[in-house]
Amino acid sequence: MKTTEEIFEVLKNRYSEDIIGITNMPPEKIIDVKPDAIFKVSAFLINDPDLDFDNLMILSGLDDANGTKTNQPDGSFEFVGGTLSVVYHIESTKHRHKLVLRVSVPKENPVTESVVKVWACADWHEREAYDMVGVIFNNHPNLIRILMPYDWDAGYPLRKDYKNPEFYQGMKVPY
Amino acid sequence: MIEMETTSTNLRTQEMVLNMGPQHPSTHGVLRLEIELDGELIVDVRPHVGYLHRCFEKHCEAMTYPQIVPYVDRMDYLAAMYSEIGYAVAVERLLGIEVPERVEYIRIIMGELQRIASHLVAVGTYGLDIGAFTPFLYCFRDREKILTLFEMTCGARLLYNYIWPGGVSHDLPPDFIRMTKEFLTEFKPTIVELNNLLSYNKIFIERTANVGILPLETAINYGVTGPNLRASGLKWDLRRDDPYSIYDRFDFEIPVGKGWHGTVGDCWDRYYLRMIEMEQSVRILEQAIEQIPEGDVTSAIPKRIKPVEGQIYTRVENPRGELGYFIVSKGGLQPHRVKVRAPSFVNLEILGELCKGHLVADVVAILGSIDIVLGEVDR
Repeated sequence: MKTTEEIFEVLKNRYSEDIIGITNMPPEKIIDVKPDAIFKVSAFLINDPDLDFDNLMILSGLDDANGTKTNQPDGSFEFVGGTLSVVYHIESTKHRHKLVLRVSVPKENPVTESVVKVWACADWHEREAYDMVGVIFNNHPNLIRILMPYDWDAGYPLRKDYKNPEFYQGMKVPY
Repeated sequence: MIEMETTSTNLRTQEMVLNMGPQHPSTHGVLRLEIELDGELIVDVRPHVGYLHRCFEKHCEAMTYPQIVPYVDRMDYLAAMYSEIGYAVAVERLLGIEVPERVEYIRIIMGELQRIASHLVAVGTYGLDIGAFTPFLYCFRDREKILTLFEMTCGARLLYNYIWPGGVSHDLPPDFIRMTKEFLTEFKPTIVELNNLLSYNKIFIERTANVGILPLETAINYGVTGPNLRASGLKWDLRRDDPYSIYDRFDFEIPVGKGWHGTVGDCWDRYYLRMIEMEQSVRILEQAIEQIPEGDVTSAIPKRIKPVEGQIYTRVENPRGELGYFIVSKGGLQPHRVKVRAPSFVNLEILGELCKGHLVADVVAILGSIDIVLGEVDR
């Protein structure tokens, strides 16, 4: 059983350039990782016998809504700039420790690495994050929408500045 | 005309794609399966979900924390009490509040009754999928008694809005404990009856044993939880391994799959594990209704829920597996983000892996044994 700080030290010694830091979001502590390093960091976390993080509990995409807010005349708003995040909650069923990782990507170019090869259950979670928030996962075997219709072209619903389209396939959307 | 003799070498074969659903009686809701077949053998199964998508998570961002409770009911509509418990525990841990003793006991009683009700549907409809109609009626007769208990407690039979962050909406009715005791005495012989009717039925065992075997390594890597994981042989139950509420006070066992009629982790194991879990739930219930203290149930409900900036992931053992809530707060009255780890969503992903190499008739048997609720898959 290891604490987040101990695991942070291990990761910092091994991947000093790719680990950004530790953020306190009470009651959780998050380790920030660079987007292009998440695959090798997670592969290390699952393969190291002392860490052995074999279970990905949840992978969530979220819109941080930290860009500059511009109001439109019709009452809607838009965020320019800012970041999208992907949060990984992982645990070890053997050692019983948990860890939270976070990857932040700029909204203009939301590209990160897929971890499907490490945890198979990330497949649908990553598709959901792509579908809802619009994060693109490189090396994902089948990155298509999952909950929304496959031909939905009006954007990503869980972004804070999402606007409902007027029509979808000729059908009126607002009711 | 040249007549060509049909032999095994010149017979033209090709793979066929078969569509199952979205309106199919054994998909337990609106689920479409794209099955790739080589003759009668399955090459691949690709589930297509999202037909019930309501974007529950977007709704949450526009509502205050107590207003979300009725919405979580509508995810897993067969175990709505448990969705509420999960949400209540998450918000309480985010706020750092304790709830009174009596509330904890009420939650456990409701949760375990709900587990029995949910497993009864799982077991009953599984029999129905395989072709056994009678056990379904027995299961629904008993589930009806549980729903009556819920109805007298909070007025609703399926979607309760009963368990709130910090407490429950109101106390148990005076007759509740007596009627629950009566139910438990009536229910215990029915498990034996159901076992004789369905579990040890020769035809049923032939259809399910050695079908859809899920090895433990694959199960963990795919994030499978709940009875499906335990049937593969790992003793992993969040009620004991990541305790919440007061489950550590009760004496109960965590059954694991042993390959009773075939291999560890086959459909029969997954089915039978739910039968044993019902027995264990009865055990917990018997202890809980003996120990339940008197007290106030609404005193700890906060007037205004406004957590400081932070985030939390909490999880509870829903009848179907690990139900987790990831809540991010930016310090407002509304959450910044709520993401639900729905057990059925994650468990359904394994379907393609399980079906490979089986016959097309086994898809129904395998899908039924995973026990999904589409309301929760699609949210």
